[in-house]
Amino acid sequence: MRIGLFVPCYVDAFEPEVGIATLELLERFGLTVEYPYDQTCCGQPMTNTGCHQEAAATEALFVKNFSGFDYVVAPSGSCVHQVREHLTAIPQTDEVKHVRAKTFELVEFLHDVLKIEDLPWAAFPHKVAYHSNCNALRGIGHARPTELNRPFFSKPLNLLKKVKGVEIVDLTRPDECCGFGGTFSVFEPAVSAKMGYDKVTDQARAGAEYVVSADSSCLMHQKGCAERLGVGLKYIHIAQVLNGAAA
Amino acid sequence: MSADDLTPRQTEGVLHPEVRAPSDESERGPGGERLQHAEAASKPIRADAPREPQPRGAKVRGNRPIDQAEAAERFLAAPMHQKAHDERLWDVRRKRDVAAHGIPEWEELRELASQIKTHTLTHLDRYLEQFEAAAQANGVHVHWAEDGADHNRIVLDILRKHGAKSLVKSKSMLTEECGFRHFMAAHEIDVIETDLGERIQQLDDEEPSHVVMPAVHKTRLDVAEVFARTLGTDPDNDDAHYLAESQRETTRPLILKADAGLTGCNFAIAETGTVVTCTNEGNADLSGNVPPLQIHSIGIEKLIPRVEHLGVFIRLLSRSALGSPITQYTSHFRGPRPGTEMHMVLVDNGRSERLGMEEFWTSLKCIRCGACMNTCPVYRRSGGLSYGATYSGPIGLIIDPTFNKRKYSTLPFSSTMNGSCTNVCPVKINIHEQIFAWRKVLAEEHRIPLLKQGMMKAAGAVLSRPAAYRAAIQTADSALRVLPRFAVYNPANTWGKKREMPHAPRQSFHAWYRENRMKKGQDA
Repeated sequence: MRIGLFVPCYVDAFEPEVGIATLELLERFGLTVEYPYDQTCCGQPMTNTGCHQEAAATEALFVKNFSGFDYVVAPSGSCVHQVREHLTAIPQTDEVKHVRAKTFELVEFLHDVLKIEDLPWAAFPHKVAYHSNCNALRGIGHARPTELNRPFFSKPLNLLKKVKGVEIVDLTRPDECCGFGGTFSVFEPAVSAKMGYDKVTDQARAGAEYVVSADSSCLMHQKGCAERLGVGLKYIHIAQVLNGAAA
Repeated sequence: MSADDLTPRQTEGVLHPEVRAPSDESERGPGGERLQHAEAASKPIRADAPREPQPRGAKVRGNRPIDQAEAAERFLAAPMHQKAHDERLWDVRRKRDVAAHGIPEWEELRELASQIKTHTLTHLDRYLEQFEAAAQANGVHVHWAEDGADHNRIVLDILRKHGAKSLVKSKSMLTEECGFRHFMAAHEIDVIETDLGERIQQLDDEEPSHVVMPAVHKTRLDVAEVFARTLGTDPDNDDAHYLAESQRETTRPLILKADAGLTGCNFAIAETGTVVTCTNEGNADLSGNVPPLQIHSIGIEKLIPRVEHLGVFIRLLSRSALGSPITQYTSHFRGPRPGTEMHMVLVDNGRSERLGMEEFWTSLKCIRCGACMNTCPVYRRSGGLSYGATYSGPIGLIIDPTFNKRKYSTLPFSSTMNGSCTNVCPVKINIHEQIFAWRKVLAEEHRIPLLKQGMMKAAGAVLSRPAAYRAAIQTADSALRVLPRFAVYNPANTWGKKREMPHAPRQSFHAWYRENRMKKGQDA
C-alpha cells in the first residue's frame, strides 16, 4: 500500500507539528508514507471564492504529485472535502478521478480504512472540547450532525475514546460553525470573528482545557479569537493527541 | 466560566454589558413550567441595560451590489439586538431539532417532499392548467401575472372595479417581491397588514427580516417605541401581551371595515383548485373571510398535485419553521362565499426562468419555512435586513441573484458554507452547494470585485509553482503574506483586526522534512 502524505499549505506554514504528528502516527502503524516534496495546496482558497480557473494549475499540480499512490492522507477535513467534491477545474481524467476517490482525511483513514483498535502510546489526561470542522462533519461525514434524524455516531470521538485520560466536555452548540469559512474569515471579518468569539466562549463555559479538532484552519481562527479575548484555552490537532502528545 | 467572567478590558468594545450579564431564563408559568411561545422566546431586556437603537438594514442604492458585510457589522455593533436575535433563532432551531427527532420517519418525509416537488416542478405546465380549470369550476376568477408589476396592476384593476379603497392583507413574501405595499400606497389604496410581525414592520416602514418571523430582529423595546409613535401606546411598557393586544385592538376594526382581503399562499392544490394558507394568528382567515372581495396571490411554484400530498408538507412546515407540530391555522380557500367574489393571481416573476437554470432550479422547491435562516450562523449574527433583499439568509443567497445578478452579486459570499442549511431544509434543497455554484458563476461573469479576483489569481500563481510557494512560506512574515490571507497583498490586515495572528513556527513542514527525512544529496 503506497500512501502519499498531503500536508495542506497552512499546516505547512503555521502548524508543521501537525504534519509531523500525522507522518509519525501513520508510521506507528507500520505504514510506509511518502511525502511528495513538490506539493503545495489543494486549490480551496480559489474555488471557495468562485475562482475555479485560477485554481486549475494548483489542482493539476496536486494530481501530478499524488496520482501514483493507493491512498492520499491529509490531516484536514476541509482540504479533503475540496479534493473529493470540488477538484473540478481540470479535465476529469482517470488519474484525476483516482486521486479524488482515494484522498482520505486522517481520522476517517484511521477509522474506516485501517480500522485501528487501540492507541497504546496515547494518553491525554485533560478536559477536551471537540470541534467539528463543518466540511469534515457534513461534507465528508465524520459524524452525525445534530440536524439529521439519524443514529448518533462520531469517528473522531471513537478515536479520542481510545486515548487514556481524555474527558470530553459538552458544548451548548456542538456543531455550529466557528466562523472560519476559508476566505470568509478574510473578507467578512466582523461576522467571522463574532462567530469565533461565541465558539470560544462556549468552549470555555463548558470547562474545557483543550480544544481538539481535525482541522488546523478552524483551530488557528479560534486560537486567534481566544487570545484576543484573553481566554486561556489551548488548541491542538487530533493528530498530535492520537500520536501521543503529552500536551 | 462564561463571557461575564472576562475582565472589562478583555471585553471592552467586544461584548455589550447586556451580553456580559447572566442570561435570563425564559418566562415561567404559574407552575414553574417554561412558557413556550409559538414564535420563539422573547426575553425582557434588563431595566438597567443601556438603551440601544435598533440597527437598520443594508443601504440599498439602486442596482449597486449590496454590502451585506457592512450592514452585518452595524448589526453586530448593537450587541443587545444581536444577542437577542441569535438566541431567539437558536431557540427555534433547537425546538426544530426536538420536533424533527420526534418523528422516526423524518428523513423519509423530507425525501418524499423533495420528490413530490421535483415531480410537480418538472410537470408544472400541466399542473398549472389543471389548477386553473379546477379553480374556475369552483367559481374563482383566475389571472396570470408575468412579473411583479403585472401582479400589482391586476390586483389594482380588481379593486377599482369594486370601488375598493382599503385592503387587509395577510403576510405574503410574494407581494414583498412585487413591491405591492408601496405600489398600492401610490394609488391611494390603504393596505393594512394583519400579521402581528408584519404589522410592526409596516408601521416602522421596514421590510420583513425573516420569512416566518418578520420582526424577529426587533426587541420588545423597539416594538414599544414603534407602537408608541404610531398607535399611541405607552412607550415605557414593553410587556408582550400589552403590545400584542394594542395591535389587535387597533387592527380588528380595520379588518371588519375593509373592502377587500388579500392572502398569500403556502400550497396550491392542482386537483381541487384550492389555496392553503398556514398562520399562527388566524389572520389569513380574517382577511380571506371577512371582506366581500377576496384575492389570493400565488407564486406558480406553490403547486402540489393532490390533497393527499398536503399532509407531507404540513407535517414538515411548522416543525421546520418553529418546532411546533402544526401551525395554529391551516386554512383551505376553495371558492367564493355566496354574494362575494374570489380572485386568484398566479405569478411568475422570474420563476419560469429559474426553472430553466440547471444548477439552481431546485431552489423553487422552497416552502418558506425559514429553517435555513434559523440555523445559519451568519444570518443569526447579521439580521435579515442586512441582505437588502426580499429573501435573506441561505435561501436568499441562492434565490436573490436569480432576480438580479448585479445587485445581489455579493450575497453568495455571505456564508461559511457550513452546510447546516442543507441539512435542515425540509425539501432537501442543496442550499450550500448552490451557494458554492453561484460563486463560480459570478466569478466567471466578472461579477466579483476585481481586487478579489486578482488576489486569487496571484494565489493560484504561487500555489501552482512549488519553488515559488516554498520561498513564499519560508519565513513567517512572508507566509503571512500568502496565508491565511491568501495572497492578500494589501496593507489592510483584516485578519488581525479582531483576532491574533498565528504564531510563527521555527520552520515549515517542508523545511523540517528536508532536514529530517530527505537523504543527503537528494534533490529538493
